[in-house]
Amino acid sequence: MGVITWLALLFTDISIVFSSVHSMIKSDIPVWLPGVLLNLFIVSLFYYYKFKIERDEILNFVDLLWRVFATGLVATVISLSLRLGAHLLGQTKLTTHVVFLDLIYMINLGLMIGFLVMAFTAWKRLILYQKSKWLLRVWAFFEIGLLLSLLYSSFNLPQVQWLYVTMLSIFVLTGLVLSGNMKWVAYLNFRQKWTSLLLLLLTIFYLLYILYTNSKLTDELGKVSPYFTNYNNHIFILSLIVFVTIYSIFSFLVILFNLPTTSVFEQKLEEVVNFQRISQSIQTEQNEESVYNILLETSVSTVFADAAWLEINERGYRLFTYKINDKEAHDIINHLKDHNIKGVLDQSSDKTKNLSRHLAQLRGSRFRSILAFPIHVGGENIGTLALLKELPDGFNKEMTKIVSTYANQAGISIENFRLMEEALQNERYKEELKIAKTVQKSLLPQLLEKDEDFDIAAFSESADEVGGDYYDTLRMDDHQVSLIIADVSGKGTTAAFHMSQMKGIFHSLAQHCIEPDEFMIRANQALVYCLERGSFISATFFVINKETKRIRYARAGHCPLLYYRAATGTAEYFKDKGIALGMVRNKSYRNFIQANEFTYAPGDIMVLYTDGITEAKDAKGEEFGYERLTAALLEIKDGTPKEVQDHLINRLYEFSGTKNINDDYTTMIVGFK
Amino acid sequence: MIHIKRLQEDNADVIVLIGEIDASSSIELDLAIAKSVGEGFSKILIDCSSLDYISSAGLGVFMSYIEEFKDRDIKMVLFGMSEKVANTFSILGLNELLQIGKDKVQAKQMVNEL
Repeated sequence: MGVITWLALLFTDISIVFSSVHSMIKSDIPVWLPGVLLNLFIVSLFYYYKFKIERDEILNFVDLLWRVFATGLVATVISLSLRLGAHLLGQTKLTTHVVFLDLIYMINLGLMIGFLVMAFTAWKRLILYQKSKWLLRVWAFFEIGLLLSLLYSSFNLPQVQWLYVTMLSIFVLTGLVLSGNMKWVAYLNFRQKWTSLLLLLLTIFYLLYILYTNSKLTDELGKVSPYFTNYNNHIFILSLIVFVTIYSIFSFLVILFNLPTTSVFEQKLEEVVNFQRISQSIQTEQNEESVYNILLETSVSTVFADAAWLEINERGYRLFTYKINDKEAHDIINHLKDHNIKGVLDQSSDKTKNLSRHLAQLRGSRFRSILAFPIHVGGENIGTLALLKELPDGFNKEMTKIVSTYANQAGISIENFRLMEEALQNERYKEELKIAKTVQKSLLPQLLEKDEDFDIAAFSESADEVGGDYYDTLRMDDHQVSLIIADVSGKGTTAAFHMSQMKGIFHSLAQHCIEPDEFMIRANQALVYCLERGSFISATFFVINKETKRIRYARAGHCPLLYYRAATGTAEYFKDKGIALGMVRNKSYRNFIQANEFTYAPGDIMVLYTDGITEAKDAKGEEFGYERLTAALLEIKDGTPKEVQDHLINRLYEFSGTKNINDDYTTMIVGFK
Repeated sequence: MIHIKRLQEDNADVIVLIGEIDASSSIELDLAIAKSVGEGFSKILIDCSSLDYISSAGLGVFMSYIEEFKDRDIKMVLFGMSEKVANTFSILGLNELLQIGKDKVQAKQMVNEL
């Protein structure tokens, strides 16, 4: 598109110029056409670069400057070679011919406009690198104004001097304002600044050369024919020339003056990057050692220390060193210790000086300044970071501050790491508890024994932790069924473990027709070897005999049995002697246990339970107790075991006001028929 | 929560339990008794008059010392229990294994007679 419009421009302009010189040839081409074509050419170039440069995301500042420079170079080289060609041809008729002159001029004009538009687009990107709303508005005004001026000059409107001057000065002023935006310069590093300086210098040079060539050509051409397309009156081109030149020169100067401070900016940037490294190291490396190493490395590079060490006194003594051997470091540490200096420093520089002064007293040491920082993890001092320099007074306040932040950040990183590990540990512990709870649940029977004489219902719920309540039934022969209810002292995984032992004991002993007291004696004997000090199991063991209608039982420290007699309509607790399993760990246990016996009749209810029921508390701290349990039982004395159980549990929940009773609670109801 | 006080009377170490003994505070009870034994007392009185509640873990602490005290000839007497606390001891059968007095006077008598 650009090429076509340029060719069209070339043709029309040449023909107009030609016809003006040779007045006998009447030109059919309107005089305004070259102007319109020139503007079309400009617009096409404008959009070409707009899409090429603005859409290119990868371009960095130096690349951008390089593009401008390259365009300038190409333009200059072509222009120079044309000049050389003209020079070689000498003062022939051809070279002085108006068409030839116009051709040269048109080529140069095209090159100049190309270069200018290219530079304009590039500068736009630089200026708008850090945008603000205001800046965007000014720029939009500038760009749209320029394009409008193109439109204006396209119509062959009469030249109005004051309008022309006003518009030009407005654009020049806007250009000047926009040229103040040089923020991108700060993002260049030292090397990039030098490159940019060179590129800008050459760009300015090309710009000046092309301007010079073009103005000379217009002069020459003007002498021959006044009707050529002169850019001198073209607002757009003039504004662009001024803007591009000013911005190039400004950029050059700003970069030049920024050169000496670049290292400071770079250092600041490095500090930020280092800081980030320390804070992120723990997530990526998953290791405290690496945090220490990164801390040492970054601190050294930030303050340009000659040597450094990091002393960690926690979880075993460790010394990380940098360009100093362990012996040398220990010499200094011991020297400072001997002089009773609490090596660890605050941020105040006074102490640093003191530390350095003491260091100076150590003979044979090459170091003259020292900076030391404590590393705190969770409020505890776990070590010291020391930085050394061979120069006296080698550390300034800024350095002290930044290293202190590093040390703090390292401490925080390590603390976070530990908290995370702890959380994981807790999670694992919870997982274990969950497993223990499933194991415990699986220890309780899915199905209870049934008989034509009785039905059994059972219910067990444990607190958040794993409980130690156990109940079970086992048929001994066709007329005898054994029952057990037990409560293991303590909670958690050990309780569940003891519960499984109890189940093993029950299932092995109750398989044979065993007397209840003998059962307890043998169970106690077996448990002596498994229960740790202070642990015991309370249990009651029953044998229901259908033939004799008798129940024989032994109570080993378990809650007394609650029995309802349908014949009398009363309920009572069977409080007889018996010591919990594991309390007496020798043969004398036999003396503390006894077997008891009673008969049952249809309609009787036997309530077995654990202390979680009687000890459940209400909001005032009062216990559910034995009376309330009896009362609840009497309320539902004609119900089935399941109904009795549901009623008791409901009464319990009503009393405590919650379903989350902070204990294990179990009931087993036997209803006789 | 438990608060434990110790005072010495007539050659005996009196351990006063105030509050409730559950699984976590039973450790304090264990420590107090162990300390008393460690200091060489052979007569230990446990004042339970301000003890509101004792869990099975707390009972386990007393139980765990029974055999050791028998072997080392150390006498321990508990006294002043409320009915509720006494019931907890008796259900487990600990009242048969431990010496339990009505009040301090009786307890002192018991500890000297034994």
